[in-house]
Amino acid sequence: MSTGKRTSLYSQHVKLGAKIADFAGWEMPIQYQSIIKEHHAVRTGAGLFDVSHMGEIEVSGTDAQNFLQKVCTNDLARMSVGQVIYTPMCNFTGGIIDDLLVYRIKQDQFWLVVNAGNKDKDWEWLNEQLADAQLHRGAGDEQTVELRDISEKTGLLALQGPLAQQLLAKISTESLENLRYYHFVFTNLVGVDALVSRTGYTGEDGFELYIPVEKTPLIWDKLFEVGNALGLGLVPVGLGARDTLRFEACLPLYGHELTSKVTPLEAGLEYFVAWQKDDFIGKTALLKQKEVGIFRKLVGFTMIERGIPRAGYPLIKNGESIGEVTSGSFAPTIGQNLGLGFVSSKEAFVDNDIYVSIREKEVKAKIIKKPFYKREVKK
Amino acid sequence: MNYQYPDNIKYTKEHEWILEKEGSGTVGITDYAQHSLGDIVFVELPEVGQKVKVGDSLGVVESVKAVSDIYAPCSGTVRMVNENLLADPGLLNDNPYTAGWLVEIEVEELADKLLSAKEYRFLILEGAEEG
Repeated sequence: MSTGKRTSLYSQHVKLGAKIADFAGWEMPIQYQSIIKEHHAVRTGAGLFDVSHMGEIEVSGTDAQNFLQKVCTNDLARMSVGQVIYTPMCNFTGGIIDDLLVYRIKQDQFWLVVNAGNKDKDWEWLNEQLADAQLHRGAGDEQTVELRDISEKTGLLALQGPLAQQLLAKISTESLENLRYYHFVFTNLVGVDALVSRTGYTGEDGFELYIPVEKTPLIWDKLFEVGNALGLGLVPVGLGARDTLRFEACLPLYGHELTSKVTPLEAGLEYFVAWQKDDFIGKTALLKQKEVGIFRKLVGFTMIERGIPRAGYPLIKNGESIGEVTSGSFAPTIGQNLGLGFVSSKEAFVDNDIYVSIREKEVKAKIIKKPFYKREVKK
Repeated sequence: MNYQYPDNIKYTKEHEWILEKEGSGTVGITDYAQHSLGDIVFVELPEVGQKVKVGDSLGVVESVKAVSDIYAPCSGTVRMVNENLLADPGLLNDNPYTAGWLVEIEVEELADKLLSAKEYRFLILEGAEEG
């Protein structure tokens, strides 16, 4: 057994009978009961995830926005306080260092929520870029930027599913009904100050709850207590179902769809690249790529013949390799074996028959529209 | 965790079981194996008539997260495969020793190192302690 880092909820996970495994150096619950049951619970009811392993970095100061405009591809200038955006952070060749959420806490204060496995790398990169910016600053320039790693003191729960709002409303002082998607409020949950955003990584309605780490177990227990009392059938959900849920919604996962060798254009994330911004790291390379055209694209496909695509399996057309699977699984809500992968641009069109090489056999598949799953939004 | 280890069958270290009767061997995966894999969503079985040697691949069992090879605990010829598993792989989770059997083999020779229920159980408990 690994001796990784543990979140403040480790003993709760053990008590619930979770299968624990290493994830990015953390001992995390992969499943409690069954990945498929947990998956369905989030699609139809409500599920609670411990995602305290995620990293949080605070960026503040009079020059914070300018600094972030340079390191992120998306446009933060149009964010109001209380808003959240998704953005890639690229290197100079346009490759993705990480994909993150940016919270505008105050006019001059932001939180970056980053992948656990990338946090140290991100922290180093941000500090390098900051040092570089300061080196090139003119004399007498009073602008400041301060970086603070607040991961250790920040617990993070994700409450996801169509019943999430009804449940969270019971313990929140702020009304959450009118909280818009990708917005947040500061609220109080049974005496604990928390930041609650309407965000998630499942394709369902839901919330992410940023709580002081020492209070996280209290909120976790309280949510189950209230969930049970109301008969809402709240279940704990592990990282296994988190992966199948995000996969069906075609939300990219760093290390699979996204790497430092993949650009936002290839990954289908151009929507999150703000070309109109003056300059940002990677802009020159990405503009060049847009001009020349991209050689490979991320596509979704369904298996026509029997087999489950898995990350790393080759994708084949006319006997030749055209790319590779990045994620693949039985998709519990769709009921099919589905995959995401990169293929050469000329093969990246819907209805194209392609083949997945599974244990040296070519198994037929077909490119389909993404996302695989999209929730119905209630009017 | 309490797993089932029926006495009348033999086990391998790779978590297959075999029940041999009058030269015919029914093969499956153990309760421990199905539990470790989690929700099983795909099964690949050999062709009827295929000849196998001890340790050859008999097929593949896949859960949501994992891909696991099944190895032959005997040499012989595949006589039947459990086609119910193709449509309902979850049978392997629910009944690993009965409805979730994988293949039936006309046995030529059993593997040398098959374990009794007691030995296999010891192996699992030992592993759990080390874990």
